[in-house]
Parts: sequence; C-alpha cells; structure tokens
Amino acid sequence: MAEAHEALAEQFEEMPQQTEASLLGMWTFLATEILFFGAMFLGYIVYRSTYPEAFAEAGRHTLILYGSVNTAILLTSSFTMSLAIDSAQRGRNRPLLGFLLLTILLGCGFLLVKGLEYSEDIHEHLVPGAHFTKELSAPGQMFWVLYWIMTGVHSLHLIIGVGVLAVVAWMAWGGKFSEYYHNPVLISGLYWHFVDVIWVWLYAFIYLINRH
Amino acid sequence: MSLLNPSIVPRKTYVLVWVALLLLLLANWGIAQLKLGPFNPVFSLGIAFIQMMLMLLFLMHVRYSTALTRVFVAAGFIWFVIMVVLSMNDYLTRGSVPGQMGNSWIHEHPTAPPVNLPKP
Repeated sequence: MAEAHEALAEQFEEMPQQTEASLLGMWTFLATEILFFGAMFLGYIVYRSTYPEAFAEAGRHTLILYGSVNTAILLTSSFTMSLAIDSAQRGRNRPLLGFLLLTILLGCGFLLVKGLEYSEDIHEHLVPGAHFTKELSAPGQMFWVLYWIMTGVHSLHLIIGVGVLAVVAWMAWGGKFSEYYHNPVLISGLYWHFVDVIWVWLYAFIYLINRH
Repeated sequence: MSLLNPSIVPRKTYVLVWVALLLLLLANWGIAQLKLGPFNPVFSLGIAFIQMMLMLLFLMHVRYSTALTRVFVAAGFIWFVIMVVLSMNDYLTRGSVPGQMGNSWIHEHPTAPPVNLPKP
C-alpha cells in the first residue's frame, strides 16, 4: 500500500475522509455553477413569460433533430462515465481507461453535432445582429441571443470537461488510480454528469416548450 | 458494496437508469410533437425534472451520499428556486396593483427605463 500512503494528503486521517472532503468541495463548486447557469435560465423565463408568442415563433426555428440526437449522445456519455467510475472503484484500470476514452469520444461527438447545427443556424441567418432574419421580431431575436449564449456556454463547459477527462485518462494510463485512491475520477465524473443535467434542461427549454 | 468503497452501485442500476433516461428522452420528443397547449411545457419540464433526479440520485450518487453532502447539493438548487420565485414575483405582478400601468417595465411607460432590444 505504498502508493496508497502517497495519495493520502497529510491533513486527512484516512482515504474515505479525503474522498468525502473532495466530493463536498466539488458539490460546493457545482452549487455556484447552478447559480451561474441559473441566472441565464431566469433571464429566459422572464423574457418568455413577457413575449410568449414571439418566443414560440422563434423557438420553431430551432433544429430539434440535432438537439435530440445530442441529448441521446450526452445521456449515453453519462452512462459510460458511470461505468468508468464503477471500474475505478473496483480497481480495474484497463476498463477505466477504456470508458474514459469512450466518454471523451461521445463528448467530441456532441460538439461535432453542435457545430453542424451552428453552421446551419448561421446559414439560416439566426445569429442576432445586422444580418438577423427578417422573419422574426425583436423579442424573437432575444430568444436567439439566449440560444447562442446558453448553448455556447454549455459547449464551453463540455470542452473543459473533455480536457479534464483527458487529464484523468492520462493519469489512469500512468497507473495512478487504484481501488484505494481514485478521487479525480469521482470528481470529474460529477462535473461531467452536471454538464449533462444542464443540457437536459436546455433541451426542454430551447427545443421543446416552444414547439406549439 | 465494499468496505473501502461504500458507494459502489450495482452495474445493473446504471444500465436501468441509462435505459430510463433514453426512454424519457423519446417520450419528451414525442410529446413535443403533439398540440397540448399549456400542457406542452408542463410535460417537457416535468420529464426534464425526472431525468435530472435520476442523474442526481443514481449517477451522481446523491442517494448514497452522506447527509452533509446532501445538504450542499440541496443548497444550490434551493438558492436557484428562491432566485426564480422572488424575481417572477416581481415581473408577474407588475400592473396588478390598482393605479399602476401594466407591464410598465417593457417600454410603453415613459418613466420606465427603456429596454434596449436590438431592432430586426
């Protein structure tokens, strides 16, 4: 258990205590993330309750196929992330590395589909500004401002998530984790799932509730 | 479950949650195709809420967490709900006080600060 003692920080009595502290710290960070995204959701709710018709009109221009495929991709990536955590907890290093790489791949798949969707949105003149489509009103343009900011910031989080998982995968490759110590896998898993939870709400708010 | 890792969840649970999440996605997509009027958002957001709870409880292990961690998890969401409820309490009741202009914050009221929406 030489490596185990190495991983245990000196301020902790034992590993479960260190793990508990790490998870609590991550949840504290995620609480700030809830409020970060929450402010944007609040802005959306205020504008939609004020201009329901304009938002319905603007929301019908979103591409639901891309959004639905991307939701399925992210939900599946959460599943593979959970299997990575499971492998780490059981001390199985090779499956851990495999599931981490699979999760990264699915994350990149999401970003690819999002890129295709963005390029189609740009083609349809749905970028707010001077060249915004004449079909939609000013409040409709507000919907698209929120669309770009919210999905953009979410994609940024996903890019960061892919980067974090790449570092964790590198650590797994180097044999840093065991049944005893795998806190970075747990922490990055929480982050990945959280970004997925945000997307589930974005999917409902942006693609679904304005259909009719 | 092991002594070292009390939060090891049976893999079957992960599979079931994954299948449930995809079925809920399918249901959400299907319901969005129907014209249900005010019930469309109710179903969409309701399903999103169930999906979130499944992910929080099982994938993010809140169900297996200590009470202290659960308090931290709940705190983030409670503050968000307070923010939305208090804000909408303002926006939705403007104009409901006798003698006040309706929705004065938008733009028709000359004394209200202008909302600078870009013109199409």
